[in-house]
Amino acid sequence: MYVELQNINKAFGDVHAARNVGFGIVRGVLAALLGPSGSGKTTILRMIAGLERPDSGDIFIDGARVNDVDPGRRGIGFVFQNYALFRYMTVFDNIAFGLIVQKEPAETVRSRVFELLALIGMEGMEKRYPAQLSGGQKQRVAFARALAPNPKLLLLDEPFAAIDAKVRKELRVWLRDMIHRLDVTGIFVTHDQEDAVETADEIIVTNNGRIEQKGSPQMLYKAPATPFVTSFIGNSAPLENYKRLKGFENGSGAATGVVRPEFVKIYPAVDGITYENSVEDAVVEDTAFRGTHWEVTLKIKNMTLPARYSLEKAPIAAGDRVKAFVYRLYAFDGDNVTLLENRNLDTHNGANRYSI
Amino acid sequence: MKRHSAKRIIPGFGISLGLTTSFVSMIVLIPMLFLAVQSTDAGWSGFRQALSDPRILAGYEVSFLCSFAAAGVNCVFGLILAWVLTRYRFPGRRLIDGLIELPFALPTAVAGIALTALYSDKGWIGSAFAAMGIKIAYTRAGIIIAMTFITLPFIVRTIQPVLEQLDGAYEEAGRMLGASRGRIFRKIILPELTPAVLTGFGLAFARALGEYGSVVFIAGNMPFKTEIAPLLIMSKLEQFSYDESAAIALVMLVVSFTVMFGINCVQSGAASFSKG
Amino acid sequence: MRKEVWIPCLLIAVSVLFVGVMLVLPLVVVLTEAFSSGLNAFLRAVTDPYTIKAMRLTLTATVAAVLINTLFGLTAAWAVTRFSFRGKGILSTLIDIPFAVSPVIAGLVFILIFGRISPLHPFLDALDIKIVFAEPGIILATVFVTFPFVARELIPMLEARGTDEEQAAALMGAGFVTIFRRVTFPHIRWALLYSVILCAARAIGEFGAVSVVSGHLRGKTNTLPLHVEILYSEYQFTAAFAVSAILAAAAVLILTARNIVEHLAHKEDDFNVR
Repeated sequence: MYVELQNINKAFGDVHAARNVGFGIVRGVLAALLGPSGSGKTTILRMIAGLERPDSGDIFIDGARVNDVDPGRRGIGFVFQNYALFRYMTVFDNIAFGLIVQKEPAETVRSRVFELLALIGMEGMEKRYPAQLSGGQKQRVAFARALAPNPKLLLLDEPFAAIDAKVRKELRVWLRDMIHRLDVTGIFVTHDQEDAVETADEIIVTNNGRIEQKGSPQMLYKAPATPFVTSFIGNSAPLENYKRLKGFENGSGAATGVVRPEFVKIYPAVDGITYENSVEDAVVEDTAFRGTHWEVTLKIKNMTLPARYSLEKAPIAAGDRVKAFVYRLYAFDGDNVTLLENRNLDTHNGANRYSI
Repeated sequence: MKRHSAKRIIPGFGISLGLTTSFVSMIVLIPMLFLAVQSTDAGWSGFRQALSDPRILAGYEVSFLCSFAAAGVNCVFGLILAWVLTRYRFPGRRLIDGLIELPFALPTAVAGIALTALYSDKGWIGSAFAAMGIKIAYTRAGIIIAMTFITLPFIVRTIQPVLEQLDGAYEEAGRMLGASRGRIFRKIILPELTPAVLTGFGLAFARALGEYGSVVFIAGNMPFKTEIAPLLIMSKLEQFSYDESAAIALVMLVVSFTVMFGINCVQSGAASFSKG
Repeated sequence: MRKEVWIPCLLIAVSVLFVGVMLVLPLVVVLTEAFSSGLNAFLRAVTDPYTIKAMRLTLTATVAAVLINTLFGLTAAWAVTRFSFRGKGILSTLIDIPFAVSPVIAGLVFILIFGRISPLHPFLDALDIKIVFAEPGIILATVFVTFPFVARELIPMLEARGTDEEQAAALMGAGFVTIFRRVTFPHIRWALLYSVILCAARAIGEFGAVSVVSGHLRGKTNTLPLHVEILYSEYQFTAAFAVSAILAAAAVLILTARNIVEHLAHKEDDFNVR
């Protein structure tokens, strides 16, 4: 483990920002701390940086305990949420700052700054001031400034929060590439699951000061460990009593759970359905065009379920009566989550193989 | 003591706080404590004296009434000036804007003798009024004029930034809804300005109350008529009755602090109002 | 339509008249009175040895006030805005106190501390240290009266800007001097200059507090404003106005400098703080 946190606790008055937090991150990985605001993710990042001091627990970087090491000596690059670029310094001076502080010779500073300018694709802009840069450029400069002293660990606080949607997509890819190319370990904080899923190798989901789950984006999506992660990652809708749905009558424990839209298949009334007993009668409540598909809200037995519907099929509209088959859903039992498959799945698939 | 939870990563905490507290202690805290000790040393009798001697009471009356009047005059003219300076463009605007701070920069003694020369019976303005049988210098009117001069910037400079930030869209929205200009001013602009006007009024009042240099020359300093409280402190000192002057000072301090406290309340109230 | 024009005209006329009568006329009076007995009388009053002495003391007190209060203003602004600590509110209030205190009371306080009735008096007397009715008292009173000027200008400014940049610099291992010089100072330099100008103006013109502690020893503990008062009360009106003219000229100069600084600061703001 390159970065490791053990039993970290931290409270601000009555607010617990971290309760028994522990996790490790392997060298060279870009990890995301993902959670709603107030979940403690930023505090965890700031503790790793040394900007906050944990009430208890240990932080290790590269095998050494750093609790008592000054933030300036932890060998960390930090990118602030609003970049905190020095407004009265040029791009060049901003990037050079960390090197000058470490008393690098002027020639080294110069060549390193130009190397970084090339890396972030901003050659020729070294004389500009932060006020003359766009949001994306500011972020790149902040990134270069943090990287200039060659840190082995880069921490980023909400790196995409201040950037508009279009540039954001580009920057995610760019950041991911940079981290991997430079052999740096990176941790960033975000409240936006898209940021985390599209950028990170590994996601640590935080909630209420606790770590809910740690794993790859795919794993969090496919095998969420807690009800919170299930609801937080991906699209989902809560079900108050899934046992009322056909094929799930025998589920164990409490009857609450969530269903994702991709788990529900709609059969418009015109399609012939062979195995009628496995499908539900549903009413279309609402449809929304999403470019590549329809997003449909269904009412089944007084429960609201989301579904996706292909553009190729016969159009449906609010008020239509349709049939729906629920392939699977996540059932909650206390803190545990189980993926339940529809009991009639095999029969259903066999019977309807050819019905579109 | 519990260790502070937020780590102080920016350097210089110890030295800056140490220097600051020693400066504040030496220049403000200890002197103020001295005053408090001295004025209570004489016990209640000193206070009773300061609060019952008719000459001292008359001094308070002159100070309070004139300060109030001067702050009031400035509320009207300060509002007009701030409005004109932020809303209209006309030749000489920058000059007037720059001149507003003259009372801050001009030594009060200079202002005092200049105003006296101007408003005495032989002065340019005073003679005109004297012809109508009105005396200005050496009466309370003169005191009010000196106090108005000295406190003019306070009100203009507290209202001006608020007016500058007040979005023109507000007024336009009001106009689109068919409100008349007078109505827009009364219903939309004036409520926005109220906290600033109150703050400016308080600052001006507190300053006028303590003002000495510009007032003593024009006041004439007749006991019971035009003798201001700060002058009483001065003359008690010259008679070496330290207790009495300290007691008068303490009474005035209490009033000033109350006004300052009121200003703080107005400002934090306004801040929470505009946030909420 | 007609109403649209006459309201602004009326308001502008009122403003111009008010400023003219209240602010400009006093300045004009000072000048006309100063030269009413001719240029020679003016020059005689201005070059009078007592005037020169008073000028020197005014200058000393002003320089002292500016130096001390600038140093204090910087440390106070740093402590109050860059850190959170217990008692911050009380500290801020204490800094503001001199604003709320009448100059006469400020003078009185120093008489109480260092004067004849003070418990310190025997010690000071034995050591032959004179504070009240002497130059140190004048300097102390001037420092007290102008104490919050720099701090009050810098604190809101640094408060509004936050601590991000300093944190970033500290994280990169920069020390206090580097952070202050390269990161913080560029932000506050205009405000600092501006507040120093205001502080100097107030120090030059201070009358009430200085008047109390001076004891009116002519030629020994007179500042220029005190000298004006003495000349005036001795019915040397021309001389009083001549000395006043110097002070008024200084005031106008300071005002001009202040406006230039403000203008420059605005220009830079427009560029940098978007």
